[in-house]
Amino acid sequence: MDPERPLVKRHHGLVRAAHWLNAIFLAGMIASGLQIYLAFAHFGPRGYPYFPNPLNGQPIPKWARLGGWLAGGLNWHFALAWPFVLTGLIYLAFLALTGEWRSLLFRPRDVGPAVQMQLYYLRLRKDHPAQGKHNALQKSAYTFIVLLGMLSALTGFAIYKPVQLAWLTSLFGGYELARYWHFWAVWIFVGFTLLHIALVFLVDPASLRAMITGWYRGRFPSHD
Amino acid sequence: MTDQPRPRLSRRDFVRLGVVAPTALAAACGWDGGPLLEPKLRAFSRINDWVGEKILFSRSRLAREYPVSQRTPVMAFPAYSITHNQRGTFPEVPADWAFEVGGLVRTPVRLTRPMIEAMPRVTYTVKHHCVEGWTAIATWTGVSVSAVTQMVQPTADARYLRFDSFDQRYSNGWDLASAMHPQTILAYAWNDRPITIEHGAPLRLYSPVKLGYKLTKYLTGMTFTRERPGGYWEDQGYPWLGGI
Repeated sequence: MDPERPLVKRHHGLVRAAHWLNAIFLAGMIASGLQIYLAFAHFGPRGYPYFPNPLNGQPIPKWARLGGWLAGGLNWHFALAWPFVLTGLIYLAFLALTGEWRSLLFRPRDVGPAVQMQLYYLRLRKDHPAQGKHNALQKSAYTFIVLLGMLSALTGFAIYKPVQLAWLTSLFGGYELARYWHFWAVWIFVGFTLLHIALVFLVDPASLRAMITGWYRGRFPSHD
Repeated sequence: MTDQPRPRLSRRDFVRLGVVAPTALAAACGWDGGPLLEPKLRAFSRINDWVGEKILFSRSRLAREYPVSQRTPVMAFPAYSITHNQRGTFPEVPADWAFEVGGLVRTPVRLTRPMIEAMPRVTYTVKHHCVEGWTAIATWTGVSVSAVTQMVQPTADARYLRFDSFDQRYSNGWDLASAMHPQTILAYAWNDRPITIEHGAPLRLYSPVKLGYKLTKYLTGMTFTRERPGGYWEDQGYPWLGGI
């Protein structure tokens, strides 16, 4: 850590709380979801070939499950769904009210900088492009993950109430497909999280402290 | 005092957090919540029941009907019963079988199958949703629960319905709103033929607005109650409403 670098306030307490609570709720949602999946480890209507799925008919190891049996998994899943959605809504409201969304939302004008950032990571460009709080690739990732969270919640409602919310279910192509997207979102979340953690340690370890204490002393102290 | 705030977590704290958090998570694996949390999860499930019943459910919203050509192949439609799970045989229909309607009603009735089949018919081809996550489409024919209810005239204090069966002690408790839904029926035919023993003969409850475990097979009767009746799976922790 470079003592010459300034110590700056980087994340509001609400953002940090939302981040870590979301991590816990998401882990619980995924583990209880895998418990539910185990009851019928296939996709697609009965009597027809199942949809492509690397985990078709596969057992889910106990360490990855929450709930013990189907009813337990359901109760965990439907209880955690509330704080999961509420945390997301409070976080988004905070971004909207404080203007913080400007440093996170990926917009058309971020396309060029995103390409430059990718070139830098591919070592096709030598110097690190100038950036604010986040670079354009980070913006694309943080925008995408919020959209993925919304997709998970909406496909969840679609398979929770396929008759009362039939309009929502049909938006995703019907119950079987909505359940399928709901499942794929899990693996994108898992992949995102692994990449997210790897990048924190490889590129900017100081950002971990910033997400815990709010204070940052690292390579990218400027703000948008 | 320095002019800049000091970080409140030391490096050692990070290491501790890194050890404790995964350990706690690992200990939670396959966990139903234990004696402390599991009852709280069930209590929370009642909040979801309330939302499902009072906010999301509409008595006039009909489940989508499908063309007969989209029915699930007969052999691919699963059929569960407690008796079959335990003994590998289907429950035996009592020789003097009849459907008893009673409880908080003015005129209790005892309906035989010919009496039920003489009542106005409801037929639809709908999608069945199992709590496990699978779906299957079939045609169901029967008499609406609301038509039978009109015969017996429940009293003002009737708030729930309990459906009983001769499949061990399998039963289900229902909210009146879902039971009075026009697509909630007492079914005696499946895919245009008299219902088979696998699917709950001689009479079963059917509705596309609830999950399969709420659709009592092998019916013996329905009873109007003031207190909320439990049910075979509901008492073991499955969501009580089971509405979709």
